[in-house]
Amino acid sequence: MTATETQPVVPSFGTTQTDRTLAIICSKGNLDMAYPALILANAALGEGVETHVFFTFWGFDMINKKTMGDLKFTMLGNTATHMPQGLGGLPGMTAMATHQLKKSIADLGVPEVPEFLQQIVDSGGHLWACRMSADMNHLTMDDLYDEVEDIISASDFIEKTEGAQLLFI
Amino acid sequence: MPTTTIDGHEIHVNEEGFLTDPTEWSEPLAKSLAAQIGIELTDEHWQAIRFLREDFAKEGETPTLRRISVVGGIPTKTLFQLFPQKPAKKLAYVAGLPKPHGCV
Repeated sequence: MTATETQPVVPSFGTTQTDRTLAIICSKGNLDMAYPALILANAALGEGVETHVFFTFWGFDMINKKTMGDLKFTMLGNTATHMPQGLGGLPGMTAMATHQLKKSIADLGVPEVPEFLQQIVDSGGHLWACRMSADMNHLTMDDLYDEVEDIISASDFIEKTEGAQLLFI
Repeated sequence: MPTTTIDGHEIHVNEEGFLTDPTEWSEPLAKSLAAQIGIELTDEHWQAIRFLREDFAKEGETPTLRRISVVGGIPTKTLFQLFPQKPAKKLAYVAGLPKPHGCV
């Protein structure tokens, strides 16, 4: 069917400034639990949504310079691999599972954690570190990824993300 | 499939307004499409648009922002400056291509 419109049909890219804000709390340090937050943060930024990511507890491994490039994936306790749980405990299994997952992710052209964080920052995203996690692990800004804006308290984060949609991972 | 006329260019579009036939695209049309979404094209815009056209011709799909920066060599920050708020979709629109399907 052919219809000729009198007004040009132009995609609506929304108003010039959306007031939508997304807050993501990363509390896990496993490789497979790092990606959902990174992918969603990246997607939100690409849609013009202001995005803040807060790293707390094990999520600190994603921004700790010592660990961020070396997150791991284990079959243990993860029945979704559909492999016998006993296998996961064998020596070398975590390394192998991690290698496989990293390869699958790289094959899709998706970057590793540090590079992904850089892409998020380049897209206008904000990274925040949790004060209590920093204190517990005796870490300072020097130990954290350079693009982390600051170490802030939980209440500071709640204040910064007033009115935001929130995602806890 | 509806048609629409933009600046005297008659084009086939989907319900959102994206071109459905990439061969109907031309450089003068790109200028008109960009103007519709409030963008005036500079050399930097053209560099990105040409990469999209070439990459689509080779790969058969619209590159994601990640691919434009890694393969096309245009930094992510620049893309957000050139095509504010929704760079991937705006760029695809001006280049006469479908929205990118990839997540990253």
